[in-house]
Amino acid sequence: MKPSRIVITGVGLTAPNGNSLAEFRQNLLNGVAGIERMEIRYMGSQLAGVCHYDALRHQTKKEVRVGTRAGSISVYCAREALADSKIDWSAQAKDRVGIYIGCTEHGNVETENEIYNISKFNYDTKFWSHYHNPRTVANNPAGEASLNLGVTGPAYTIGAACAAGNLGLIHAAQMLRLGEVDLAICGGISESIHTFGIFAGFKSQNALATHADPAKASRPFDKARNGIVVSEGGCLYTLERLEDAQARGAKIYAEIAGYHVNSDASDYVLPNPVRQAECVRASIRRAGLTPADIHIVNTHATATPLGDIQECEAIRAVFGEGCPETHINNTKSYIGHCMGAAGALELAGNLPSFDDLIVHPTINVDDLDPACALPGLVLNQPRKVAKVDTILNNSFGMLGINSTLIVKRFAP
Amino acid sequence: MTKDECKKVVLDIIADIAPDEDLTNVKSDVRLRDQLQLDSMDFLDIVMELRKRHSIEVPEADYIQLASLDSCAEYLTPKFNALSAKS
Repeated sequence: MKPSRIVITGVGLTAPNGNSLAEFRQNLLNGVAGIERMEIRYMGSQLAGVCHYDALRHQTKKEVRVGTRAGSISVYCAREALADSKIDWSAQAKDRVGIYIGCTEHGNVETENEIYNISKFNYDTKFWSHYHNPRTVANNPAGEASLNLGVTGPAYTIGAACAAGNLGLIHAAQMLRLGEVDLAICGGISESIHTFGIFAGFKSQNALATHADPAKASRPFDKARNGIVVSEGGCLYTLERLEDAQARGAKIYAEIAGYHVNSDASDYVLPNPVRQAECVRASIRRAGLTPADIHIVNTHATATPLGDIQECEAIRAVFGEGCPETHINNTKSYIGHCMGAAGALELAGNLPSFDDLIVHPTINVDDLDPACALPGLVLNQPRKVAKVDTILNNSFGMLGINSTLIVKRFAP
Repeated sequence: MTKDECKKVVLDIIADIAPDEDLTNVKSDVRLRDQLQLDSMDFLDIVMELRKRHSIEVPEADYIQLASLDSCAEYLTPKFNALSAKS
């Protein structure tokens, strides 16, 4: 039996440089980054991508106080996606809705906060919060969204390091095809800037970006790149089976064309370009396409000296020199690494290309690293192109998880 | 500390843990749960904040004493006064 066609019908997001798809896209086209300096516990001033969405738009003050930042971002993005989809929420069967949210990690922020809290009381654990467990369970972000929305269908998170944003979408497509749900709210989120451990860990790994100008700190493919800018963010989509979306006259952003997920099985942190290339190739094959059919490749590149080269090696192996209509960009150069939200956000930033035929560039490339000089790389200025029918989105993560998602222009 | 001062202490805590609530007309003799959106976790918050801010311990068996502002004042005022007598 032919699997159901799955389409994207709504987008809700918060990024360090925008709190809606329109604002985010405009800033990507205008070269506006969203990195700033932030005080990090024990570490002082660090570069970070901070979101400035209005949490009280969709939550009470008490929900914000009791819940987590990850939960709040999830609620904001889910509500915004639903509003964008124009689904009649009051008539929607809530037990047929699934919430699938990718996250890189969860619980570090809340645990660090509690340890800091009891440090003020001589480490007496009777001052440890009774909210610690509901805040730190791995399903917290999806659970908070289900509470806020009254969703009684399956709501859980998908832990997949920095590949998680793509995984949220992929898992949702699978659940829709299985008939488990009729509507999926899916994507990825991150609250990682609120844990010093992420910053300290990358710093100890010599992988934390530094730069005098925050807007220039995240610089994939540039010779002077020196690491990751840690960011928070979120992007959730509404996904539906095509027939359901058409029956209600929904606006369709794109159709899920193909995907693939695999594992390096080779190192805790070092990427493996052979496995990455296998992942990209398999996603293209499963979409029924060839590399030359891909018009935009959004790279995962995080601006680590080695990681960028490894991904470029994988992309070169797949696309070579024979894909003149393939344009390659990167979103982290604007917003840093939004961790679990990265894949979902980066896909969103490229979706409007189906309409405007403009590929947003990779910014901050003052001196292109020859090892990253891929054909088709869109540098510093947006590029008007003849055709955008497909977007391929790479998201890779620690412990060697690779994910590639391809969406295509919807054609009935 | 007077009983009215004690009620003010409890209301200040509730203002922080239930920031969406309007506390201007809270009735002292009515159960807090019957007039405010408070759940069991919120009452644990009240217990925690009494511990953190005022070094007051409320054993689980005595949680029922926190039902209304009046019962809070009856129960907590002697504890506050005993503490200040110690210091």
